[in-house]
Amino acid sequence: MIEVLANRMRAILGPGRVISDRQELRTYECDGLAHYKVVPALVVFPHDAAECAAVVGACAQAGVPFVARGSGTGLSGGALPHADGVLVVTAQMRDIIEVSAADERAVVQPGVINLQVSRAAAAGGHYYAPDPSSQQICSIGGNVAENSGGAHCLKYGFTVNHVTGVQVVTPDGELVRLGGRAPDAPGYDLLGAFVGSEGTLGVATEVTVRLTRQPETVRTLLAAFATTDQAGAATSAIIAEGVIPAAVEMMDALAIEAAEAAVRCGYPAGAGAVLIVELDGPAAEVDAQTEQARRLCERAGAFEVRDAADAAERALVWKGRKSAFAAVGRISPDYIVQDGVIPRTSLPEVLHRIGEASAARGVRVANVFHAGDGNLHPLVLFDDAVAGEAERAEQVSGEIIDLCIEYGGSITGEHGVGVDKARYMPRQFTADDLDTMQLVRCAFDPDGLSNPGKVFPTPRLCGEVPGRRTGAHPLQEAGQAEIF
Amino acid sequence: MTAIDELSRPATDADVVGGVPARRVAAPASTDQAAALIAESAGQAVVVRGGGTKIEWGTPPDRLDLIIDTHRLTGVVEHAAGDLIAVVRAGTPLHELTLGDQQLALDAPLPGATVGGTVAANLAGPRRMLYGTARDLLIGITVVRPDAVVARSGGKVVKNVAGYDLGKLFTGSYGTLGLITECVFRLHPRAPAAATVTCRAGDPDRAGRLLAAVRSAQVAPSALEVDAEPGQEITIAALVEGTPDGVRARAATLSGLLGGEPGKPGVAGGTGGTPPWWGVLPWPDGGVGLKIGVPLSAVPDVLRAAADAGVRIRGSAGTGVLFGGLPGEPARAAADAVAALRTAATLASGHLVVLTAPPPVRDLADMWGPVPGLALMRRVKDRFDPDRRFAPGRFVGGI
Repeated sequence: MIEVLANRMRAILGPGRVISDRQELRTYECDGLAHYKVVPALVVFPHDAAECAAVVGACAQAGVPFVARGSGTGLSGGALPHADGVLVVTAQMRDIIEVSAADERAVVQPGVINLQVSRAAAAGGHYYAPDPSSQQICSIGGNVAENSGGAHCLKYGFTVNHVTGVQVVTPDGELVRLGGRAPDAPGYDLLGAFVGSEGTLGVATEVTVRLTRQPETVRTLLAAFATTDQAGAATSAIIAEGVIPAAVEMMDALAIEAAEAAVRCGYPAGAGAVLIVELDGPAAEVDAQTEQARRLCERAGAFEVRDAADAAERALVWKGRKSAFAAVGRISPDYIVQDGVIPRTSLPEVLHRIGEASAARGVRVANVFHAGDGNLHPLVLFDDAVAGEAERAEQVSGEIIDLCIEYGGSITGEHGVGVDKARYMPRQFTADDLDTMQLVRCAFDPDGLSNPGKVFPTPRLCGEVPGRRTGAHPLQEAGQAEIF
Repeated sequence: MTAIDELSRPATDADVVGGVPARRVAAPASTDQAAALIAESAGQAVVVRGGGTKIEWGTPPDRLDLIIDTHRLTGVVEHAAGDLIAVVRAGTPLHELTLGDQQLALDAPLPGATVGGTVAANLAGPRRMLYGTARDLLIGITVVRPDAVVARSGGKVVKNVAGYDLGKLFTGSYGTLGLITECVFRLHPRAPAAATVTCRAGDPDRAGRLLAAVRSAQVAPSALEVDAEPGQEITIAALVEGTPDGVRARAATLSGLLGGEPGKPGVAGGTGGTPPWWGVLPWPDGGVGLKIGVPLSAVPDVLRAAADAGVRIRGSAGTGVLFGGLPGEPARAAADAVAALRTAATLASGHLVVLTAPPPVRDLADMWGPVPGLALMRRVKDRFDPDRRFAPGRFVGGI
């Protein structure tokens, strides 16, 4: 069965771009969330939209599921292969088709790396605003699937705010354009629904992105506090005064310790928390806002506030923050990266609750997060070699997600639901909410072939009539008239 | 009493949608009431109405039994200032939102427009250049589906990628997928200072150069608007918002850019308030209203084609979203002008939609033009509203 499909794929792509050897397939058994592993039945490498459409069409015809994968950096298992399915790797679709400064647009293939778009746009004075931490390796196609954010989305928004058009292969193998170079295309905003659908509505084969004018000035403050409470209070004070920085990032003592061990970023000694506040825009605005932010940090108890003097100093400030995930490896053999969101104002309370959970289970938690928008990235540390530690770490990690739900936030701010958090979806959403999302899924993918098993826990089949539609409304059942 | 008896009244002569009379008008005061109403009225054709400011937009409904009026679905449910979000009921008029020193940064071109209607039509004004449209500001939504099921998506935090973003799908859906009852928006602080620089910009070529100059300068405008009446000189206006010192410096830069070409008409308005046409849709009562979207570099092409076709253009030259207005009579001439301008927009990889027009023009002109992805849109509609109850025929391709 799969051998027939493999031959079909070889006919479409040529023999060199289809992998069916078990050992070679193993290379693709996981994405950035490496503890989920599934060896796919086939891996294929289309080079353009037509090939991608042919590949997906062949899957549809054979009734075989497929999973799209860009650079494979996702942290929720969104690109985890299907054991009986085809992994469609878009990494070789990496042409920057056009950069237009006059239109403030770039048109790229999905395998193009996020940072390459900004590099290509720099000559025209522009950049591509969404900047996930993995921007040196993650692909635009993956960004579209995950609606990726980054440190600067507090001011600039997410991928969905910066993509104006996509060409997609729908799960039945058709190429369709949603949106385009011009804004506000007529009809339903299927582009908006597609971005962030985690590969469950089809595969992006070409992406048109909005380019943003490079700011005239960027200023970066590093403020050191004794406690995370103080740093949280400073964040709230900055927002309350009507300043929206480009980024507000926080790290706690354990995260700072890890970053120092890894990259010697030279953060102020003895800090219980540091805050990175970055402001950008016209010089006349940024200078005033920087002073405002500095004053508010000091008022909230900052014992040292550094103003990065130049690009090199700014890079050093960011180095500590951006390396924090990997740096944790220096202080712990294993760790879980969590991603959840809480209302910003709940930050101090939730941090205390995380501290309690950590103490109760004897599991260390390093906190690194986008404080400006309440997006937590707790790093739960453990040693897999010690019996029971992994389980306890999992418990604490789950308790943190519980807190996000309890405080009215979200189970994921930027890493996606993928395979990792599908089980939490019924806690954030009602059965009716999920059923409504399934209506969209069924419109695009009635046979459920596009990245099945992700985002939604046990979705109903598209042919099924949902239970609630079979019964009458309670008022009707009570015998009250239904016509007038 | 049934929900319908309790919440509705017989329609009057005023309760007409695109010339089609309704039979009853119902005004639910909560999401639950709305759901009960929609369940009870199964099989009936429904059009949702907010402030009624855009009720004549779109194609007329194929059939109409019930108007669901949202004027009782009003009020701010929650304003979490520290989190910069607000939960607002759909029938709340935009101009009645009081959010202290924060704002929902959606300009309402039509006075009396509601939150729900603005979302459903995805209508935005000049400041969309900086803040985006309803699509960008909406972070959560509550809807009642055509089968009376209440569903929510998104939430109350800005950063959230859990599940599909149904808010995007309902934004600009013209009430064809169900009733929006509640919206959660991200808010922005009100800027302490603002200034507008207005200038006469000559012909489309010169206007194009000036617009490009503003976009490439470091002034970070909140809005960059154009107003072009056929036979008249084009006007450009740019708005900057920020701190008093910053705004002063940026407005000075703008004045230099816009008035600095020697031998050309200079700055007309200086750094005062916005010009009278600012944020006002450019068509007369009974006229034809257009929405045009084009790549930024094609804005001068639209200005040229519009001048030739006798269409007044006004709107966001900084994003490439322009409104067009022309008289509704004679109908043939109006339809020809629409077709000519659509050709220009389409050639430039853009699009043109007729938002509103008198019936004789509607009979002659294609309201929507080409719609890529229409087959997929029909499939979405079929899933949400298999009986075609909600605004049947009001949207693209007869959806």
